[in-house]
Amino acid sequence: MGIISRGFSGRSREHNPDLPPGQYLAEDFPVLSAGPTPDIDTADWSFRVQTESGKQYTWSWDEMQALGLEEIHTDIHCVTRWSKLGTSWRGISLDKIFAGIETENAYVMAHSYGGYTTNVPLEDLLDGKAWIATEYDGEPLDPEHGGPARLLVPHLYFWKSAKWVNGLRMMETDDPGFWEQNGYHLYGDPWLEQRYW
Amino acid sequence: MMPRHVDGNALAGPLSDLFAFDVTCASGRCVGCGDVTVLARAMVYEDEMGFVARCHLCDSMLLTVVRTADGAWLDLQGISGLHVAL
Repeated sequence: MGIISRGFSGRSREHNPDLPPGQYLAEDFPVLSAGPTPDIDTADWSFRVQTESGKQYTWSWDEMQALGLEEIHTDIHCVTRWSKLGTSWRGISLDKIFAGIETENAYVMAHSYGGYTTNVPLEDLLDGKAWIATEYDGEPLDPEHGGPARLLVPHLYFWKSAKWVNGLRMMETDDPGFWEQNGYHLYGDPWLEQRYW
Repeated sequence: MMPRHVDGNALAGPLSDLFAFDVTCASGRCVGCGDVTVLARAMVYEDEMGFVARCHLCDSMLLTVVRTADGAWLDLQGISGLHVAL
């Protein structure tokens, strides 16, 4: 009789090709947070993109919503090894936000209420790959999950999907954000298991 | 004549004096507000990605500790000095 446990055999990757290497399927939605949850009223919320020229583009909550919400159905993968498949969101495509922005820079630092930052190449935010998400599973996004709005970049590990996002700053070089300064990978592709440096 | 320097291995002795005990008893000065208090009073967020310690007065980040595949990252940029009773 075998004594070697196959561990999470019922939900291992060999049974589910949608799970990147080293990930397991989560049924709940774990909450990760490096600080207190900010309490942000949408009446006070604003979003800013700052380019290398110093020019700032800003949107109020209503102006952002007026850009149009899209339905997003996607898998998400956290570097702490849980994945959720087939999650449903609504959000504003970054393509719409960048439509009127002039920049030569190839990298972006996302900023959040509370001071969190994370770096993402601009090309990973365009062409239907990223959103400012304001709804999850048919409801306004809970503060503990990043509400009222979070970045959603589901093809990268989920720490790149900055909670409580309030702005993007264009960068000439791929400078590290908060977790990236502390050992986590600069890019974070879950299919390549880019967890750490 | 320029003072001679040696490599970081020379820190092993003095730092082992500092970290060979419970570092939470050391007093740190917060870069954000200047408060000096024992690290044990910090507010620590046990995020699964790492530990984040914040000042109990002003909420500024004091330090982060991240366990990676082959070791750990310790970031102390929110502490401008540590006082250790010897």
